[in-house]
Amino acid sequence: MTAPAEFLQLMAGVLGILLVASVIGFVLSLKLNRDGSNATIENLNARIKAWWAMVALLGLAMLAGRTGVLILFGLLSFAALREFLTLTEKRRADHYALAGSFFIILPLQYVFIGMGWYGMYSIFIPVYAFLFLPIVAVLRGETDRFLMRIAETQWALMICVFAASHVPALLTLDIPGFEGKSILLIAFLVFTVQFSDVMQYVWGKLLGRRKIAPKLSPSKTWEGFVGGVLTASLAGAFLWWLTPFAPWQAFLMALVVTLMGFFGGLVMSAIKRDKGIKDWGHLIAGHGGFVDRLDSVVFSAPIFFHLTRFFWT
Amino acid sequence: MHWLRTGLAGVAGTAIAFFAHLVTAVRGIWDGVEPVPAQRVYFANHTSNGDFVLIWASLPPALRARARPVAAADYWLTSPLRSFIGRDVFRAVLIQRQAEARVDDPVGQMAEAIDKGDSLILFPEGTRNMGDTPLLPFKSGLFHLAERCPEVDLVPVWIDNLNNVMPKGEVIPIPLLCTVTFGAPLERAPDEDKAAFLKRAEAALLALAPGDET
Repeated sequence: MTAPAEFLQLMAGVLGILLVASVIGFVLSLKLNRDGSNATIENLNARIKAWWAMVALLGLAMLAGRTGVLILFGLLSFAALREFLTLTEKRRADHYALAGSFFIILPLQYVFIGMGWYGMYSIFIPVYAFLFLPIVAVLRGETDRFLMRIAETQWALMICVFAASHVPALLTLDIPGFEGKSILLIAFLVFTVQFSDVMQYVWGKLLGRRKIAPKLSPSKTWEGFVGGVLTASLAGAFLWWLTPFAPWQAFLMALVVTLMGFFGGLVMSAIKRDKGIKDWGHLIAGHGGFVDRLDSVVFSAPIFFHLTRFFWT
Repeated sequence: MHWLRTGLAGVAGTAIAFFAHLVTAVRGIWDGVEPVPAQRVYFANHTSNGDFVLIWASLPPALRARARPVAAADYWLTSPLRSFIGRDVFRAVLIQRQAEARVDDPVGQMAEAIDKGDSLILFPEGTRNMGDTPLLPFKSGLFHLAERCPEVDLVPVWIDNLNNVMPKGEVIPIPLLCTVTFGAPLERAPDEDKAAFLKRAEAALLALAPGDET
């Protein structure tokens, strides 16, 4: 599969943004952080560096086509599931259920998507995993916290595997007049959602006054939320040429996914509070774990997938 | 053939460390001690067969090359593969757990490794902890080793979550995040008796466990 010309144009734009961000980070560092003691700027520069790596990885996977994207998101699901299940309630009796989640359910979900088998991948985890995993767990006879154990495991699979896999599932959609370009839907989704996260951070740092959810996420403000979602939705409208959508449709789609992304971030923050942690992991410098970076994409991907599928195929 | 065995052991060691990182994304937390090549006895809690692999994988390569686990000969000499991994890859100091089967004195074997300049990884509980208490009472080996080698740092090391990755009797590891916390070396108190020393060592190790352990 060769990448559509639009994809290369978008990549050029993203690299331009990263270059500008890197220059700003460098100048800020020279002016305000000569001794490396300004935590905000250190974190900003760590984030920008990690963005370079993430963009490079995603770009390469997308150039490699369907298989590349499937492998990348399969690995991301693995890393996210590993972080999530580290925090869930479990007993020794759950060993087979957990092993099955990692080594059978996760790969099968991506195989079904690779086959383009909509009737299977859209129900595999909500139906088959949902019913069979508790059976596997109950056979070992341990009833202590049983409901909590099976519910948290199922939740981990829904978020980290089922929802995340709807990003590569976009490649299976056959949209009339859009043949061979479905990779652009992924680019559009990932770009708008991540751009919204970045712009919420930027607007929040510049203007943020009123906290939107002080108990859940003290860094999120109304100014950041409104500014970030609107900026990213407008950016989405300007990217309509990537998509099968008209400009106003692209704006609405971007609005929906950025809102889902925002609330997804809140939900995942609530879980972190509940479990008493600050970050899901430590593998992405400046960002935390994979779940920290993916939470908004994961919440928006299935909705974006089904809206697109319903209205455009 | 010696160079072939050494080469294979190097490759196997790298592969095992890579696998440990793949499954657990293990992170070393240096809390009160720095990852510098000082000679040390790392003493850790023991819940899983993978414990010393995890400590080993979380050490920087330069320290890893000089850190030898103290392990049970009755386990590691039972098959050619285990013997290769135990002797050649990890360069384990293999001791007899059953006193009646002993030819060598375990503390003497450990002291010998230290005299050669190596560091040791030691599990003073003596066996894997399968119960609900976070730590079993320490065996006296650590005390005798401390008396024999007063100049070596005794570094407590808490391994967290590996018991969920690889519970006893299971073959397939579950990928979950693990941490290995290295604490400040035990202070030496010259006139301390055995019981008091072991109590203090246990407390220093337990102090590194994350608070919300269930």
